[in-house]
Order: sequence, then structure tokens, then C-alpha cells
Amino acid sequence: MFDQVFAQLRSIVCERLAVSPELFTADASFIEQLGADSLDVIDLVLLVEEQFDLQIPDDDYVHFATVRQAVEYIASHAGRIPELSDAAVGSAGAE
Amino acid sequence: MHRVVITGLGAVTPLGNDAQSAFRAAVEGRSAIGPIEFEQHPDARVRIGGAVKGFDAAAAIGPKEVHRHARFTHLVFGAAKEALADSGLRDAGYDPERVGCILGVGMGGIEVIAQEVRAYDRAGPRKLSPFGIPAAIPNMAPGMVAIEAGARGPCFCVASACASSAHAIGEALESLRRGSTDAVITGGTESGLNPHGLAAFERLGALSRRNDAPDRASRPFDRNRDGFVMSEGAAVLVLETLERAQRRNAKIYAELAGYGSSSDAFHVTRPSEDGAGMAHAMQLALRSAQVAAEDVEYINAHGTATPSNDVAETRAIKRVFGPRAQSVWISSTKSMVGHMLGGAAAFETVVAALAIAHGVVPPTLNLDEPDPECDLDYVPHVARERRLRLVLNNSFGFGGQNAALLLRAV
Repeated sequence: MFDQVFAQLRSIVCERLAVSPELFTADASFIEQLGADSLDVIDLVLLVEEQFDLQIPDDDYVHFATVRQAVEYIASHAGRIPELSDAAVGSAGAE
Repeated sequence: MHRVVITGLGAVTPLGNDAQSAFRAAVEGRSAIGPIEFEQHPDARVRIGGAVKGFDAAAAIGPKEVHRHARFTHLVFGAAKEALADSGLRDAGYDPERVGCILGVGMGGIEVIAQEVRAYDRAGPRKLSPFGIPAAIPNMAPGMVAIEAGARGPCFCVASACASSAHAIGEALESLRRGSTDAVITGGTESGLNPHGLAAFERLGALSRRNDAPDRASRPFDRNRDGFVMSEGAAVLVLETLERAQRRNAKIYAELAGYGSSSDAFHVTRPSEDGAGMAHAMQLALRSAQVAAEDVEYINAHGTATPSNDVAETRAIKRVFGPRAQSVWISSTKSMVGHMLGGAAAFETVVAALAIAHGVVPPTLNLDEPDPECDLDYVPHVARERRLRLVLNNSFGFGGQNAALLLRAV
């Protein structure tokens, strides 16, 4: 579950923030390592809501500080986890 | 009072994605107008426009920033980078606090506002994008260009509809003349070429409906003109004081020698029929450069191809030039590129500067049968060569807001 969400989130975040997938590690902070500002975090939360079919209350935005926190939050709240190719899941696990 | 010169040019337009190639296409008399390529409502009556093609917005503004901004900001970013590189301004060593950025934008990101309203109506306030407001506001164009250039001087947006970028360039000139700045990045941008922009201007009756012949639709001063053609684009100029430009051996295209600004105080969309307000702006531009009308060799007209503009502008030119109106060359760049709204006057100022630099005046396309009330020399169909010393550029916006800029060979 973690790996699948991780890979899906990596694809969303790296495209949106135009960062290299190598920077997208479990311990990376969205703001410190991935170059997001506070507006990007809101934007990413909206994309996550759409992709994973969930509603994220404003008070839960604090979970979008590091990649690990975000993945764990999504994994425990998601309405659905989008299908990913085996290759994408495999490379997520290799991180 | 400082003299002010143009040292850098940039343009992203339907005629070309850099200043020199867009100017060349204008001199060749090429039309940039074609069928609309995005989806429109079945009831839409206007299906032609001038689109910027082959412009890589993500490459221009960056793959992250491209999501955060509207098209008018993408376009101006491309033009600004070209103008900055062309001028060498980054290496000029100016105090960043004395470098300004003043751009004209008529409307801003109306496509973003439309998208955000749809999101709100569909799913409520929580689905609004955090980038909606920063993307839509017109002043984000100068804001982003200032960030790119590291310009920390005066930075704002001027809005006067189709004259926005003429007023922006004029205010940039005034800032330099009075010594508030050493250099100003100026010009303008707009993209009204989207379903809502087109439909809204169609509703005003402002647009040509010549859908079956797009390249013949924009026909300023012609008897059979039926409105302007919506297009999109941006143009940017770097202005500096003459003494600083000379001290650093900058390339100088022309002097920006005069600026006049006036209001018709008459009607929301129609110009005053006697052309008095337009004439007043031209007279003020001449006075501010301390030159006489008879010394002007070429007028880059506002020339929208709306029935009322072209007659009023012709009357205004007669008011200012008297008998000399018959011999001054006049042409409309919009006959080829369409109407870039907030970007129009900036591109026309680029054209005026390059007309001086290259000694050639682009033609008025599609002027097959002049309106009897438009009886001046509009340089029909074919460009003309001559050494130019003094060029006037007219721009008039909805609301009766007029601006004229005067360029002089250096």
C-alpha cells in the first residue's frame, strides 16, 4: 500500500513541481527539499483529493509536510488507490 | 529632463515569436489570422483569430511556473527574456532599485477566472485553486518579469483596454525623464483568444465575422471592413536614458521622444466621432517631443478595422496634420496580426522602432477599396522603404482612452 501510494504521489508531485524523482524520498519535506511554497502545498492537496478520491479537511493539511507523512495519511484515508504499472511500483520500492 | 532610448526588443506574436521575425512578416504583408483551433459553443459566430503558434510556455517561464500563471503572463515572459537578452540590461550594472517594470494589460487572465467560476459552481469554494487570483490579476505580468529581471524599482500594470501598453510605455518614459529610474522594462501583453473572450467581444459587435476568409478579415480603412480580429501576444521594450545607454555602448534602436495621453469623455466603446480626443493625444505627444507635425513621416495607426475607429482616427489625423495629412504615410499592423488588445500598442511600438532601424514601413493589408471617409495614404498592400526620422504610434482604448507615442531616429 505504502509503495503504491508513494509511486502515485511521486508522479503527481514531480510533474507539478518539476523536480527530479530522485529528490522524492520518504524523508523529503515538500517545502525544504522539493521547492514547494505554501500555495503549492494547497494545490497538491487538491490534486491528491482528486486522484485518490478523498476530502482532506483544512486541519489535516499539516500531514503534508514530508512525503512519508503524506503517503501514510493518503494510505489510511484514500477512497481508492489508482492502479499503477508494476514498473512504477517496483521503482518506488527501490527507493 | 533626460532623453530616453530603446535598447532592447522582444515579441511573441501570431506573426512570429521574436521581434525581428515578427517585423519581417509584417513587412512582407503576411496575415497571421486563421480558423480558431479550440472548441467553441455551437452558437459562436466568430470563428477566426490570430493565435501565437509554436510557443513553448513551459520552456519560457519554467515547467513549475507554467501551472501557476495565465497565458498573458506566459507570453510576456517570453518577450521579456528576449528583450532583456537583446539589451544586455542584466550586465549593465544598474542599481536594481532604479530598474522599473511597467507593463500594459487590458484584462488579465479571464480564462482563469472562467475556470475558477466553473470549479466553484461545480464543487464549491474548497475546489478553488490557490493560484487562481495570482494567475488572473493583470499586474502579475510585470510582477513576474520583475522577478526574472531582478528589477526592484517601480513595478505596476496599466489598464486602458486597447491602449494599455501605450500608456505603460508612456509612463515608463515619464519615469525615466524625471529621473526616477535608470532603465524600465515596458510593453504589454494579453490573451483574449479563448471562448469567453471571443464571445464577449462578439457581443459588443466589435469583431469581424468574415469566417470564410480569415486572412482577409482584418481590413482597416477598407469600405468593407466589419470589425477587428481578436488575437493574442506580447511585446517588451527596454528603455534607458540616452546618456547611460551611450556610456555602456548599448545598441540603440530609436529614441522614445514623446508621449501624449487624453480622454474622449464621451462613450463606453465608441470614439468621439470628430476625433478630437485622439487628436489631442497626438498633439501632446508632438509637444512633449518639441517637434512639429510636418516632420512626422509615418504613423503606425491604431487602425482596428472597426467602422467607427478608422473614420474617427482619420479625422483626428487631419485635425493634427492639416493639409500634410495627405502625404504622411499611415499603416495598420493590425491588418496582419489582428488585435492583441493589451499587447497591441507594445508590438506596434516595436514595429515603429524597427521601421526606423531598417528604413521600411509595413503595409496595410486588405485595403482593396478604401472607405470614402478614409482618404489618406495608408500604404496599401506593399511595404515602402525610406529613411525615417520621426514616427508616431496611435492607440485608443474602450472608454475613450487615448495615447500617442513619438519615436525619433538617433
